[in-house]
Amino acid sequence: MTGTTVEFRGVRRTYGSTHALDGLDLTLAPGELLALLGPSGCGKTTALRLLAGFDEPTAGHILIGGRDVTGVPAAKRDTGMVFQAYSLFPTMTAAENVAFGLRVRRVAVARRRERARELLELVGLGDRGDAYPHQLSGGQQQRVALARALAVSPAVLLLDEPLSALDARVRVQLRDEIRRLQLAEGITTLFVTHDQAEALAVADRVAVLSAGRLEQVGTPQEVYSAPSTPFVAEFVGIMNAVPVTDGVITPGAPERAMRPEELTVGPGGLPGTVLTTTFLGPVTRLVVTTDVGELTVDVVSRPGLPGIGEPTAVALAG
Amino acid sequence: MVVLGLSAVFFLVPLLSAAEFSLRVPGGGYGLANYLTIATDEVLLSSLLVSLQIAVVTAALVLALVVPTAVWVRLRFPAAAVLLESATILPIVVPPVVMAAGIAFVQANLGGPVFRTLFASSFTALTPFYVVLALPFAYRSVDNGLAAIPLRTLVEAARNLGASLPVTLLRVVLPAIRSAVLGAAFLTLALVLGEIVIARILLYGDTFPVAIVEIGRSQAGVAVALTLASLVLTWLLLLAVSFAGATRRTPR
Ligand SMILES: Nc1ncnc2c1ncn2[C@@H]1O[C@H](COP(=O)(O)OP(=O)(O)OP(=O)(O)O)[C@@H](O)[C@H]1O
Ligand SMILES: [Mg+2]
Repeated sequence: MTGTTVEFRGVRRTYGSTHALDGLDLTLAPGELLALLGPSGCGKTTALRLLAGFDEPTAGHILIGGRDVTGVPAAKRDTGMVFQAYSLFPTMTAAENVAFGLRVRRVAVARRRERARELLELVGLGDRGDAYPHQLSGGQQQRVALARALAVSPAVLLLDEPLSALDARVRVQLRDEIRRLQLAEGITTLFVTHDQAEALAVADRVAVLSAGRLEQVGTPQEVYSAPSTPFVAEFVGIMNAVPVTDGVITPGAPERAMRPEELTVGPGGLPGTVLTTTFLGPVTRLVVTTDVGELTVDVVSRPGLPGIGEPTAVALAG
Repeated sequence: MVVLGLSAVFFLVPLLSAAEFSLRVPGGGYGLANYLTIATDEVLLSSLLVSLQIAVVTAALVLALVVPTAVWVRLRFPAAAVLLESATILPIVVPPVVMAAGIAFVQANLGGPVFRTLFASSFTALTPFYVVLALPFAYRSVDNGLAAIPLRTLVEAARNLGASLPVTLLRVVLPAIRSAVLGAAFLTLALVLGEIVIARILLYGDTFPVAIVEIGRSQAGVAVALTLASLVLTWLLLLAVSFAGATRRTPR
C-alpha cells in the first residue's frame, strides 16, 4: 500500500463570527504522519471534520489524492477516523465493530471475519473479539477503534486526540503503537493533538495552529529548536530570552531564545538565586532569578544541586 | 414503606374485588363462565383483530416517522429539539375530544372520493388519527433514548466507514436505542387498544375498546373479566419489553 497526498488549499470555515479556520494551506506527503498541534479551540477538529466530510469549508478546497473532494459525502471519502472516545458501536462486539466497514461494502462473511481477526491481532486484542465495548478498557476501546478504521484500508487515517481520554502510561504505549502501525501500512495520517510532547514524539512533521491560522510547519526538530514565531516557541516548549555575546550571558546584549536544556548552572556564570526546583527524573528543572529575569534551566539530576533559596550561577550549556 | 404499602392496598383491593366479581356465575357460586364467554365471542375476537391490526400498523408508521426525525433534529437542529420537546406535551393539553370533534366535522362536511375511501373502514379512518395521537409520546421516548447515546459520534463513525444514512439508522442507531424504541411501540399499542373517544365520535363500533364498553352495558361480569385479562396481557407485554431492553448488551 502506498500513501495518498492530502492538500488543504486556502481552507476557511466560519461559524457565525467565529473563524474556526482562517485560510489553511497544508500538504501531507504520501505516507507521512503529520501532527496538527495547537491549543484548545484553534480549529484542529474543524480541519479534521472538513477532511472527513462531516462539514464543508466556507471557502477553499480539500484534495485527497489530487481529487477535489468538495461535496463528496463522508461515506465516499475513503478516510478512516479514530475519535476521541466512545465511538464504538455499543451493540456490536469488538470483531463486529472492526468488520462493520467491510460489511457495509458487502465483503463476504468469511473474508471480513478473517480481516477483523487479523486487525484485532495487530492491535494486540486477538483474544477479545467477542467482547462488547463496555467490557473493554478505554485503551482497548481505542485499539478496537484503530483496527476498525484500518480494516477498510482507507487512503487517509484521521486521529482526533485519540489518546486524550487515557492515562499517561497507556497513552505513551498506544501512541508508539499507532506510529508503528502507521509506518507498517504506509498510510498518510493526520494526527490531531494539543499535547506537544505527543506531537514531537510520533510525527514526521508538526503543523502548529493558532486561532485558525498556521504558525509553522516543520520536522519536530525544526519546530522545537527553531520556532518561527513567539507563539510556537511558547507552545512547543519553555523558552528563555537570554542576552548573549560571545557565548557568555551578558545583561544588555541582544536576546536569544534558548531552551532550558541549553542552559546550565555552575561557576563563572550569571549569578542568581534558585526560586524553585522540580525533579523530572533524569533531569531536574531549576527556575533561577537573575539580573536578566527568571531563567528556566534543566540540568542532569545529581546530588549537590543548589536547593531553593541558595545562590547559584547560570551559564550556557556545552 | 408505608406509602408503598398503602398504594399496594389501593391497587390490590379493586383488583381483587374485580377478580371476585368476574368469577361469579349467574344464579350464585363461582366459575369461569365469563372468561369462556370472552374466548368464544365472535364479535369480540374480530374486534380484537381489527384493533391489533390498527395498533401494529400505527406503531410501525409512528416509528418510521419518529426515529429519523428525532435523529435528524438532534444532528442538524439541536436548538429546535427544545421546541419539539415542548410540542410533545400538546396532546396532554389538548384532549382527544377536541380533535375528534374537528375530525367529525370534516367527515360530515367534506366529500370527494379520497375522503370517502378513507372513512370507509375503521382501519383506514382511524389509523391516521392514532398515528397523530401517538406521535408526541413516541417522539419523547425515542428522543430520551437518543439523549443517552453519543449519537453524533456514532453516526459519524458509521458514515466514515462507508455506511449510507439508512444503513446507519438501521444497523447502528436503532439497536443502540432499542429499549426506547420498544417503549415507544408499546405506548402506541396501549394507546390504540384503549382509545374509544375518537372511534365512537366517528361511529366506528368494531374496535376492541368500543366492543368492551358495549359488552359492559349488557354483561358486566364479562366486561370486568375482559378488563382483567387485558391488564394481565399488558403486564406480560411490559415485562417482555423490559426484558428485551435489559438483555440487549449481554454477550452471546
Ligand atoms: N458547530 C460549531 N458551531 C459553532 N462554533 C463552532 C462549531 N464547531 C467549532 N466551533 C468553534 O470553532 C473554533 C474551533 O473549534 P475546534 O473544535 O476546531 O477546536 P479544536 O482545536 O479542536 O479544540 P479542542 O482542542 O478543544 O478540541 C472554536 O472556537 C469553536 O468554538
Ligand atoms: Mg477538538
